[in-house]
Amino acid sequence: MVATATRNRGMVVDCDIHNSTWPGALDPYLSARWRRHGELFGSRTHPGSLYPKGSPAAARHDAWPPSGRPPGGDLEFMREQHLDPEGIEYGILNCLGAAGTQLNADYASALCQATNEWQIAEWLEKEPRLRAGIAVPYEDAELAVEQIDRFADHPGFVQVLLIARTAEPLGRRRYWKIYEAAERHGLPVGIHFGGGARGVPVTASGWPSYYIEDHTDMAQAFQAHVVSLVCEGVFERFPGLRVVLIEGGFAWLPPLMWRLDKHWRRLRDEVPHLTRRPSEYVREHVWVTTQPIEEPHDPSDIRTVLEHLGGPDRVMFSTDYPHWDYDDPDRAFRVRLPEQDRQRIFSQNAKELYGLR
Amino acid sequence: MPKHVVARVDDIPPGQRKIVTVAGRSVGVFNVGGEFFAIRNQCPHEGGPLCEGVVSGLVSSKIPGEYDYVRRGEIVRCPWHQWEFDLRSGWSWFDPARTRVQTYETTIESSTDTERSTSAGDADLDAAGYRKGPYEAETYRVEVDHRLVVLHL
Ligand code: FES
Repeated sequence: MVATATRNRGMVVDCDIHNSTWPGALDPYLSARWRRHGELFGSRTHPGSLYPKGSPAAARHDAWPPSGRPPGGDLEFMREQHLDPEGIEYGILNCLGAAGTQLNADYASALCQATNEWQIAEWLEKEPRLRAGIAVPYEDAELAVEQIDRFADHPGFVQVLLIARTAEPLGRRRYWKIYEAAERHGLPVGIHFGGGARGVPVTASGWPSYYIEDHTDMAQAFQAHVVSLVCEGVFERFPGLRVVLIEGGFAWLPPLMWRLDKHWRRLRDEVPHLTRRPSEYVREHVWVTTQPIEEPHDPSDIRTVLEHLGGPDRVMFSTDYPHWDYDDPDRAFRVRLPEQDRQRIFSQNAKELYGLR
Repeated sequence: MPKHVVARVDDIPPGQRKIVTVAGRSVGVFNVGGEFFAIRNQCPHEGGPLCEGVVSGLVSSKIPGEYDYVRRGEIVRCPWHQWEFDLRSGWSWFDPARTRVQTYETTIESSTDTERSTSAGDADLDAAGYRKGPYEAETYRVEVDHRLVVLHL
């Protein structure tokens, strides 16, 4: 273990930690029918992001637990390597994996349910600092709602988890039931980096050659969702809906709001169901997490971004542990902020949004 | 500069490394083709355990798809975000963050040379707060057929 720098900060809330299943982890939570399906047919999805071979499982090289489980698959090791030394007061688990992306909707649903039960038994009940997103088969809203209704009341679940690369922009009606259920249960909807259901390329112009393009281009998917959620009137329809963009960056968000507002002045007749400027919906309904925060050549430019976002109250710190682009709470956010703002970003905003106490 | 015996040469074969804690600092001692180098086990980027990373080379390429290695075996890649540092100098060889990790001098000395300096076996006494007293019983030299890797820090 590296000696850690002296810290004069308080505890932090980490809004993006990844727990992962290990081979066989979900078996106890699957019916015999779906266990057998998994054995005979396995996972059927379209390919999503492929991570660099040099960073297997997209993980930090030191994040492979000695137990032989995959990175993020060993609670004890996560405590030792991350939660304890980094002073994580609360951590939000976003379990990725192929459950929600399955082409077979019923199998997707069974895997999501198993994932949620596994999260309760193996994570939430064992570690009071952890909370989790509900895994849902998001391409089938009705099946997704079943999962939300089943698990929303468990105090460990604090959001509904969607993935950035969906089959259609997330404002489309096919997803509305998910928002209706989330709003009904008072849960934010988190949209996390990744996915690739239905073979949708990561860029709007097709598949890029390099991973560096893939990683950078993911912001396009987030932008498309923000524009879609606003323009389809989702926030008019579900005034209590709160959306968190996880691992999408956010320096691009203010210019997107400017552009939307500018066009809205001229094209508003096309979307008469919008009663306010697009940027107002974004300001009111959208939260963002920090990792991977854009790093301007002059770090203080981030302060300008925060200003343009209308203040620091929608930005929440995240590490992305145990993934290769992990951000360390002491070193990642290089810009100096007024203590009050720092506190909001590193803990208060998330506590309020997720009702952590 | 105090010297610390950190290993016997044979303990760290070429291409291998040993991570030691010396004077409260975690340091990686690397054997690169018979030469020894030591750098701090704390990445200047975000503090990751740099010396636990993969040792490789830098890649050079004129066009996409064709590449070659430069300084193969002399570059350590941080296990966190893969920033790369030169084991010889501690320099990172990419521009945006003109950045460097602390390096330390190493030498190879024979076991008799270091008889009087802090020997590895005294580390526990050192750590427990003991200082050498003025008395010394007569001792006899025991040949140890291994050379020692010495860190100057
Ligand atoms: S901490 Fe070493 S590369 Fe980031």
